[in-house]
Amino acid sequence: MALPVAAGLGLKPDHVDTILKTRPALGFFEVHAENYMGEGGLPHRQLAAIAEPYPLSLHGVGLSIGGEGDLDRDHLKRLRHLIERYRPASFSEHLAWSTHDSEFFNDLLPLPYTPETLDRVARHVAETQEAVGTRMLLENPSTYLIFAESTIEEIDFLAAISDRTGCGLLLDVNNVMVSAVNHRLDPFAYIDRFPMEKVGEIHLAGYDETEDEAGERLLIDAHASPVLPDVFALYSHMLDRAGPLPTLVEWDNDVPEFPALYAEAKKVEAALARARLASSEAAISRSAA
Amino acid sequence: MFSTYLLAREAVMPEGLSTRCGRLDARRFAVYRNNVGVGLTRALERRYPLVMRLVGEDFFRGMARAYVDVERPTSPVLLTYGSGFPAFVAGFEPARSVPYLSDIARLEDAMASAFHSRDAGLLTMDALAAVPPERLGTARLTPHPAARLVSSAFPIGTIFANHQAEPVRPVEHWVAEAVLITRPDIRCELTVLPAWDVAFAAALLNGAPLGEAAMAAADEPTFDFGRALTALIRLGAFSDDAPIIKENDDA
Amino acid sequence: MDRRSFHLALAGSLAAALATSAVPASAAEEGTVKCYGVALAGQNDCAAGEGTTCAGTSSVDYQGNAWKAVPAGTCETMEVPGDRMGSLEPLERDLPS
Repeated sequence: MALPVAAGLGLKPDHVDTILKTRPALGFFEVHAENYMGEGGLPHRQLAAIAEPYPLSLHGVGLSIGGEGDLDRDHLKRLRHLIERYRPASFSEHLAWSTHDSEFFNDLLPLPYTPETLDRVARHVAETQEAVGTRMLLENPSTYLIFAESTIEEIDFLAAISDRTGCGLLLDVNNVMVSAVNHRLDPFAYIDRFPMEKVGEIHLAGYDETEDEAGERLLIDAHASPVLPDVFALYSHMLDRAGPLPTLVEWDNDVPEFPALYAEAKKVEAALARARLASSEAAISRSAA
Repeated sequence: MFSTYLLAREAVMPEGLSTRCGRLDARRFAVYRNNVGVGLTRALERRYPLVMRLVGEDFFRGMARAYVDVERPTSPVLLTYGSGFPAFVAGFEPARSVPYLSDIARLEDAMASAFHSRDAGLLTMDALAAVPPERLGTARLTPHPAARLVSSAFPIGTIFANHQAEPVRPVEHWVAEAVLITRPDIRCELTVLPAWDVAFAAALLNGAPLGEAAMAAADEPTFDFGRALTALIRLGAFSDDAPIIKENDDA
Repeated sequence: MDRRSFHLALAGSLAAALATSAVPASAAEEGTVKCYGVALAGQNDCAAGEGTTCAGTSSVDYQGNAWKAVPAGTCETMEVPGDRMGSLEPLERDLPS
């Protein structure tokens, strides 16, 4: 179970007819699992039609893997059902929480990184993989504040979860930029230290920018615009380091017509082609040496 | 605790969260608050677009946010969030000047649930014709999973129809209307039922046998059993489960 | 009318309906002509498909905002005649901020 090393796009209901008519050259489509948890009707018909010619990536946003409480058994069943029905090439979720005391907060909320939360998240990831019957990818979050009690670096936290559970990682390069700017860290250093061998998918997106109370830059993970040049530069740096990887462009708010999304994917595809060439040249010079 | 601050009316934030240099910053915490509050009001905007047009964006968002205060989602599947909104609107004092608003909300809620309901085939005339005539009155038809009937003292179907083109036309006849929602293929279809067939259709969608449903319409001089039933079948009100016929006649 | 005659009357009514017009077998049948009730055209396939996103927003939540509004959309052209409901009243609800 792996996504093709190519550019993919988030699937939007309004784009489905265009996609089925024009069959754009894309590696895969990604959907948010929760949007396909209705019983029937148009969403399932559309997804079934897309899943025929294209590999799918199923991206959960509501499992609350970072939550304090137990995982929602019903939700795990719904996920398993979707995975069995649509056989996605990848299933991923977030290092975040969204449910507390059975109340659902419609956001990916942050957790402190401590030995205690590490145990809990590792347990939840293992339970999830067991319940849905497949290996999953866990995504790095974008954060706006830091927990004073955190004692583990985010990268080490993610790497440890992967080591303990066998899960892969989803590296969201836009989230890296958002968090790095928000916490005055070096995004390139984050990429350089990230365990790339565990990465099964890359996310790219556009961010919004505002200021905090001290007038300092505050980036928001808005998915409402094209990928911005600094994030694309960071992505290119990541490709130089790790070689080509399956890459999704996320655009979830103020979604434009399909051609604008496709143009974003083509930019990614061009970067992937350069990375493929560079890695094959490197392989040739290694074998010649 | 983090969660108690997310939808609180006071712009306060939990302890233990700060910037990298240890400074508390409410505007940073507000990003989380906005994501949750705006995300939930947007879910209501998507479910109730006509309610929003009727009262305008500002009023709608204020009303929706007040609803979020009293009814939070309990499931990560937001496709079902907001089904309590029509009842909330009915009791929302500031919306009293728009008396049909909660019925429009009921109509949109029914459309949303019909949109996501289970797929099923449709009852055919042949399947109905196969019921022995002397048993017809005891036969029960299975409502299609997407079929919904929304009755109102107001012309909710006309209000809906008059919003489908610009400029929005005023309503000429302020009469009660009942709208049948069906999903014969994949799109929802809305039909204003003739007034004299409403009791009949409501009884059938509640699972009543055909005879009992016909009795519910007995006071309507213009009610025509055969015409009403074949029309409902054509609209897609029933699923293709075989009609359930009672074996003994003493039901 | 006894039960049996009642049921037969229903059957007769149904047979008449089936016979009088070329009734299509079901709504899914090609070329169905709607001749019953009032079919409402329009955007009936609700946009309720998407609810969940993993994106944040830079829009600001209404929470904590004082708001004061009257319903001010198309309801202004949809006024109920007569004195059925009372008049438009300004909504004043200053929420604690």
